[in-house]
Amino acid sequence: MSSSIDRRQFARLVGLGAVVFASGLANSSASGPFGVGSARAAAAAEDFFFVQLSDSHWGFKGPPNPEAANTLKLAVEAVNSLPKQPDFIVFTGDLTHTTDDVAERKKRMGEFRDIVKGLKTQNIRFMPGEHDASLDKGAAFQEFFGPTHYTFDHKGVHFIVVDNVSDPTASIGEEQLKWLADDLKKQDKDARIVVFTHRPLFDLALEWDWATRDGKAAIDMLIPYKNVTVFYGHIHQENHFMTDHIAHHAATSLIFPLPKPGSQEKRTPLPWNAEKPFSGLGWREVTAEAKTASYQLTEMPVKA
Amino acid sequence: MTASRQTQVFWGGGLLLAAGLAAGAVAAFAAAPAEKVISVQAMKFEFSPETINLKKGEPVILELTSIDRAHGFKVPGLGLHADILPDTTVRVRVVPDKVGRFTFACDNFCGDGHEDMEGVIVVSE
Repeated sequence: MSSSIDRRQFARLVGLGAVVFASGLANSSASGPFGVGSARAAAAAEDFFFVQLSDSHWGFKGPPNPEAANTLKLAVEAVNSLPKQPDFIVFTGDLTHTTDDVAERKKRMGEFRDIVKGLKTQNIRFMPGEHDASLDKGAAFQEFFGPTHYTFDHKGVHFIVVDNVSDPTASIGEEQLKWLADDLKKQDKDARIVVFTHRPLFDLALEWDWATRDGKAAIDMLIPYKNVTVFYGHIHQENHFMTDHIAHHAATSLIFPLPKPGSQEKRTPLPWNAEKPFSGLGWREVTAEAKTASYQLTEMPVKA
Repeated sequence: MTASRQTQVFWGGGLLLAAGLAAGAVAAFAAAPAEKVISVQAMKFEFSPETINLKKGEPVILELTSIDRAHGFKVPGLGLHADILPDTTVRVRVVPDKVGRFTFACDNFCGDGHEDMEGVIVVSE
C-alpha cells in the first residue's frame, strides 16, 4: 500500500498547525513509545532536533537562481541564528552541481566544505546526490566527506544513510542492500529507525526518473520494523508519501524549486520570482520526540 | 572500447521481462518479418529524434545506440526500459496498444544536462 498525503491531511490527523508536520505517531505502540523489548533504545531516548538541508548544488549558475552564490550562505546564517542549535545537521545530497571537469568538481566540493565550516553545529552528516557522485562513483565525495553509506545512533534513534546515487543507474546495489539487511538484523523490530537518502526509494514520478531502481528491495527490508521514517532530497520540494507505515519526507532545495511530481511533461525548474526572491527554497527542522516516537517537521524558508 | 559493434536483442525472456509487459507494448524481436525500424541515438544530453511517432497496433523496432557514454532509455507509460552502452545496439520491439504521449528519459546519470535528456513517443490511431 502506498499513498501520497499532504501536510493538511497529516496536520488534521495529529491535530497540528499548518507549519509543523508530524510523522510516526501511527506507529507508536499502545504499550508505550518503544513497546516491549526495546529497553536498550528507551534507555537512551530523549527529545532532540536536527536540521535537514538539501540540494544546494554549489557551483550552479543560471537564471533559475541568480543568487546561487549566496543561497547556501544564507541558510548557514539562518541555522546559526536559531535560538538553540540542533544536535546535528544532515545534508541529503547534491551538495554540489555536477561537472565533467574533475578539478572543478573538487573545487566546488572544497568551497562547499569551507562554507559549511561556518555552521556553529559541526556535527554534520553528509551524503551524496547524483550530481556529487554519479560521474565518478563517489570518489571525489569520499575524498572530501567520507563514506557514502553508513549508520549512526543518536539518543535512541538508529540512523541509516543509504547511497542510491554513486551508481549512475540510481541503484543501491546488491552489496549495499546486503549491508542494509545485516544492519537491520541487529535492530529490534520496534526500534526507532530513520533513513537518510537522496533519491526517493519509491516510484514517485517514473517519467522524471524520480525513483530508485532497487528502492523497493530496501523498503521491503524496512517494512517489518514498526518505527521507520525516511528523509530525502532530490525533488527540490516538500513532499510526503506513505509506503505502508513508512513515511517518506522530501525536502525543499537551496537552489531552485521543481514542479510537482508529474504535473507537466518536463521537469524544468520553476522560474526565479524577482518579486519574491528565494521563494520555494528552504530547509527544515526535525524534532524527534521520544515519548511518542514521532517526528515534527518545521519548514523554514530561505530569507534574503 | 572495442572497434566491433555488439548487438543486444530483447528476446522473450530475461531482459524483456525487465522491460515490463504491463502495457502489452513489448514483444520479442524476431528476425523474420520486415518491420519498421526507427533508430534512436542517445548522446549528452539529448535523444535524436526527440519525438517518435508510432501507430497503435503497428509493430516497430526501436534501435537504440549511444555515441558517447552509457545512457538509459525509460518509457514508463509503455513499460519500456533499456540501458544503452557505447558500441552496443539495443533493439526493442514495440507494439503500442494505446494512443497518447509517452515521455521517455535517460535514467543513467550522464552529467550537467542529464535532466534535460528526454523525449516523447506519440502514439496515434
